[in-house]
Amino acid sequence: MAFSFKEWIFTTDHKRVGVLYLIGSLAAFAVAGVMSLLMRYELHAPGPDLTANPNDYNVWLYFHGAAMILGFQIPALTGFLANYCVPLMIGARDVAFPRLNALSVWLFFAGIVMALATFVVPDAPDIMWTGYPPYSIRTTGNTAFYTFTVLLIGFSSILGGINFLTTVVYLRAPGMGWNQLNIFVWSICAAFVIQLIFVPVLGVAVTMLAFDKYLGTHFFNPANGGDVLIYQNLFWFYSHPAVYVILLPFIGITFEIIATFARNRVFNYKAAVYGGIGGVLLLSGEVWVHHLYTAGVPDWLRLGQMVSTLLISVPVGLLMISLLGTLYRGSISFRTPMLYALAVNFTFLIGGLTGIPLAMATLDLNLSDTYFVPGHFHYVMAVSGTFAIFGAIYYLFPKMTGRMYSEPLGWTGFIFTFAGINLVFFPMMIAGLYGMPRRYFDFEQFPEVAPLQALMSVGAAVILVGALITLWSWIHGLLKGAPAPANPWGSRSLEWTVPSPPPPGNFARIPAIAPDWHPYAYGRPRSGAASA
Amino acid sequence: MSGRWAWALFACALPLGAAELRDPARVWDLLWREYLVDVSVIFVVFAALGAWFMLRYRRRAPDEEGSGPQLTRLAAVGWAVIPAFAFMADDFYLAAKTWDAWRVYREVPADRLEVKLEAAMWRWDFTYPNGVTSTNELRVPAGKPVLLRMTSLDVVHSYYLPDFRVKEDSMPGRVTYLWFYPRSPGEHLATCAEFCGMMHSKMIGKVIVLPPEQFAAWYEQEAAKLAAAKKPES
Repeated sequence: MAFSFKEWIFTTDHKRVGVLYLIGSLAAFAVAGVMSLLMRYELHAPGPDLTANPNDYNVWLYFHGAAMILGFQIPALTGFLANYCVPLMIGARDVAFPRLNALSVWLFFAGIVMALATFVVPDAPDIMWTGYPPYSIRTTGNTAFYTFTVLLIGFSSILGGINFLTTVVYLRAPGMGWNQLNIFVWSICAAFVIQLIFVPVLGVAVTMLAFDKYLGTHFFNPANGGDVLIYQNLFWFYSHPAVYVILLPFIGITFEIIATFARNRVFNYKAAVYGGIGGVLLLSGEVWVHHLYTAGVPDWLRLGQMVSTLLISVPVGLLMISLLGTLYRGSISFRTPMLYALAVNFTFLIGGLTGIPLAMATLDLNLSDTYFVPGHFHYVMAVSGTFAIFGAIYYLFPKMTGRMYSEPLGWTGFIFTFAGINLVFFPMMIAGLYGMPRRYFDFEQFPEVAPLQALMSVGAAVILVGALITLWSWIHGLLKGAPAPANPWGSRSLEWTVPSPPPPGNFARIPAIAPDWHPYAYGRPRSGAASA
Repeated sequence: MSGRWAWALFACALPLGAAELRDPARVWDLLWREYLVDVSVIFVVFAALGAWFMLRYRRRAPDEEGSGPQLTRLAAVGWAVIPAFAFMADDFYLAAKTWDAWRVYREVPADRLEVKLEAAMWRWDFTYPNGVTSTNELRVPAGKPVLLRMTSLDVVHSYYLPDFRVKEDSMPGRVTYLWFYPRSPGEHLATCAEFCGMMHSKMIGKVIVLPPEQFAAWYEQEAAKLAAAKKPES
């Protein structure tokens, strides 16, 4: 197949749109990763190291947070993975609105360009990914770039939500019932329901911010009757559910990988789907005040949302039980995707359990805004999500490229990355217990955390090595990998019944789904789905 | 309080009646220990189970497939409902303990020193009841609870005393409070915990706990200075 640049730019094929999302989000990941290395170098010892200007550090930190969440994780999960997997998993030829899909991906690229403008405009935004006023209004930094990045990527997400919910409702292969859906498909549906409900709220918040800063309105200015807390409420009313927009798809794809490499039925499928995914969806909008525990909101609100926040452990616990239960009596093969998926179980367990004291309002009055918080959310969301994405890239590598990656390279990259993240984020939580606040350019007042800071910086270097090996394993596989069969893993799911890579239109003949067919029906004779 | 009654089932809570426990720093440490025990159990159970499955069920033949159980309807419901109730029980237990500790944090003893704190980029301005002011350094007598009523002159800051396990945001247009219990003379760090721009990490303050008589002497002396400065020239 000859490579045609034009075909990729004007493509409406869901697989190519997915790959475009992957390229964009990995680019955002790379730049945001470089920012984290700059920060880790700056913080490896007390005093100014890389720069003497705290503002430089603040810009790196702003970009790291905003780009990792808005430019990498959400697009990689709900853009790349949703596009690549959902139509194949439900037995469809494409998404419901292919041209809308192309618009989504190019809006996303516009958002990435807007975010990258941080590095070329004078007075780069320095307002953290949260953009709290009044600072974001008073600063000389260009808050507008933050607003427009959020709006562009937000529009992209809303269009994606309309597209994928329609696709799953109307384009399932004939005979495919709701209880025969892959868990990943369910998780994408739930994630997009959350996006459709909550993204507009964030859009409103950042638009009001831009109005306040550039047009002289006073939404958040108490001197003129505004209130600074309105922004914090609106922001977290979206941004906590946004955590689940990341969590649900990464758990969903982890289910796919674990079921495939344990060649086992998902343990208690319905509890995972209706209890786990449904429960998270139900609770997602009732917990945002746990980000405002120290903001002096009324006690009844803080304690009420403490209870709802703690209750998140119920659906999440059901998901964990299903994940672990899928290993029970399985036939586990430790290929690279599986290593990442198993690591997600570990990091997500640590991240989940270290979220509990942050939910417990009283403990949070000490821990809030210390290093404990970034330590926790990197485990629970950043690392778990990224590991799931990396695992998924390895998992889908044969399908996407038609070639196999090198297993030793994949393993090596994983070992370094896994060691590195534990060296960074576990010490980070300990530093938080010493009282070290986050978003600090320097830490002269905390001499006792200096060894921990040095350790974290070493860990960051280890992650860099792991990431470079991982990147090399992909390039190597792309150029030199052995040709991949249609179903290298022995999966029962529909996406592995088509050739690698799948042709435009995916299926030569749309498979008819038998009532007893299931994507996880391992351990019994293949039936139902016509292997077209 | 009815809330207390509602939680009675779970709240074999902290022995907060004891006077020496009416101190945020102490209840925080107790609650933290409680939490560590709680999650350690959960972590060990899940991690051990995962490790054992990984070891026990590794693939032995290339075309082997798993034989995970096909749950009956009753087993499926049981595997959802029983864990759900177990998790909920733990949630409510932790919530009850947290609620008890919360009252210690938010109910300030009547016998207290009340100081006003105005945060600004990038300093902490204190005003004592007698009008004495200070910047960044807060002098307090040992053995007396201290209440800070806080607001901000510009952006959001957060006054954080790691040694006393307390922080609360100070915001323009709003008044918040926190209290802490300085028991013995010494110096403690105060630092800003809410991003406030360029010098966020340099917004360093100090709480200097003095023996009561030394504090009284300093307080009188500052008040006298203030009075002298205010006295019209005659």
